[in-house]
Amino acid sequence: MAEPDPERGGPGGYRRRVYRPLLVSRVRGQLAYPLSFALDVLAQAIGQAVELVVILVLFSRVTELGGFTADEVLLIYALAGISFGLADLAVGQLDELPRWIRTGELDVLLARPLPVLAQLITADLQLRRLGRVIVGLAVLAAVLTRAPVAWSPLAAVLLVVTPLVGTVIIGAIWVATCAVSFWVVEGRELASAFTYGSALSTAYPITVFAPWLRRLLTFVVPAAFVAYFPVLALLDRPDPLGLPAALRYAAPLVAMAATGVAALVWRSAVRHYQGAGS
Amino acid sequence: MIVHAVGLRREFVVGRRRWLRRSSGAARRVAAVDGIDLRIEAGETIGFLGPNGAGKSTTIKMLTGILVPTAGTLTVCGLDPVTRRRDLARRIGVVFGQRSALWWDLPLADSFALLGAIHRVPAAVHRERLERCVEVLGLAGILATPVRQLSLGQRMRGEVTAALLHAPPLLVLDEPTVGLDLVSKERLRVFLREVNVRDGVTVLLTTHDLPDVERLCRRVVVIDRGRVVADDGLGTLRGRFGGPRELVVDLAAPAPQLDGLPGVTSTVVEADGLRRRFAFGPATNAADLVAEVTRRAEVRDLTVLEPSIEEVVRSLYSTAQHRG
Repeated sequence: MAEPDPERGGPGGYRRRVYRPLLVSRVRGQLAYPLSFALDVLAQAIGQAVELVVILVLFSRVTELGGFTADEVLLIYALAGISFGLADLAVGQLDELPRWIRTGELDVLLARPLPVLAQLITADLQLRRLGRVIVGLAVLAAVLTRAPVAWSPLAAVLLVVTPLVGTVIIGAIWVATCAVSFWVVEGRELASAFTYGSALSTAYPITVFAPWLRRLLTFVVPAAFVAYFPVLALLDRPDPLGLPAALRYAAPLVAMAATGVAALVWRSAVRHYQGAGS
Repeated sequence: MIVHAVGLRREFVVGRRRWLRRSSGAARRVAAVDGIDLRIEAGETIGFLGPNGAGKSTTIKMLTGILVPTAGTLTVCGLDPVTRRRDLARRIGVVFGQRSALWWDLPLADSFALLGAIHRVPAAVHRERLERCVEVLGLAGILATPVRQLSLGQRMRGEVTAALLHAPPLLVLDEPTVGLDLVSKERLRVFLREVNVRDGVTVLLTTHDLPDVERLCRRVVVIDRGRVVADDGLGTLRGRFGGPRELVVDLAAPAPQLDGLPGVTSTVVEADGLRRRFAFGPATNAADLVAEVTRRAEVRDLTVLEPSIEEVVRSLYSTAQHRG
């Protein structure tokens, strides 16, 4: 048969044919004005660097923060920054979810034979968000030579895997909290408190927080697994709080669990969709 | 059967939102769709009518898998729209008059290409279907235009094309003609009718525009306050609720011999007796009446006026009010 097989290339080929042209068209628009794009990236980078300044100012007064030195905290900060930037790049568009719901444009996505979440995510791709990732990578490169990392093959693997796993964890938190919009359209502020609040917390050792907040960040909103626990492993130092050593390698499992929970929350949220009236 | 709904119901929680709390206190559940039964066979053309807030759109959204029913059973194209939403989306075409399924900043042709990829339409088939829509709907000149620059009429033609590219057996349109000028409306109606007749596509549409129904739909479902208040063929509904038909006769000379025709309920004489309007009920055959008139007098011209669908609907709504 001369006709091209629509299924050729398997499901991966299908996704590539559907989502790639979409993303390419989003990106093309952004790159059409290079100067404005560069400024956007710079603005994001500055946003990320502000936190860096906060940490440096803190350490001009103290030598330790929650039992960690400046280089150790910066290692946490760098890994968290990369994860946050990548997560923002991937699912940051979900901030627009209340608009999709309010205007009823979500109806259109639901009428297509594609997952709603995938459509929302690919509805935009803000490359400027790479600004955060760039700062994170730069700090990581600078701090790796100074922080007392216990180098081993496992540590090397951990260093590569951690930002990616962290991205998945933050992304899952993001998806689960943004789903609140399906119940309360004006719930954006609440969702933002969780997404940005937990993201901010990932940049610090959890030892600086009050006990209840530590427990929250470890067991409820698993932000501590984005950078803190993996860094304990990289530095090969015992947990100052005496939590089980296994937790430092648990991030991938936590990411899988968080993804599962986020998927369940999202699915039930979509079923709760009320529409926009007309 | 392409749509089968039994006891379909959808409730909304109102009063929980901030701006309503002051007035209405605690959250309250309101049924927008309150037990709708519906059976639609393949190839039908059905008009959904009803006042604003009657539950038309909510029903449509449940049929298309967008909203989850609170209660009732529903099968569309043999699928449960809740659990098989994505599979169902491959078998139905959906057009929203109020919002766009096209990509705002992409040329129309790119949107069509994307939808073809989404629905896994083989390239050759896609080209063939697109060519036909382009030809019949006159899209050739606007394929390269970004959707945001299209006029409403142009965009709607694009929307309908987009909904048909994967050759769905069921086409659902929510107020497709809203805001269109008369020419655009008529063009769309003609096209939809052709899609129904030629391709056997089942067409289900909601509208406030009664000519849409008259030109397009053989069956009418009237919804009021979440319930079906009438579901019948257009002709039957007209006969039952539409009031009298009217025979208008232009005469060569005044004809008093036309008084007291059998079956005529009332007569109006105009133009110094040169025109007569005979009202007659559904029991009277128009052809018999015409024959009787032409036997008794010299007729220059005659017209039979059907009661307008407006009258039918008005009469239906008031009946429903009495019952409720």
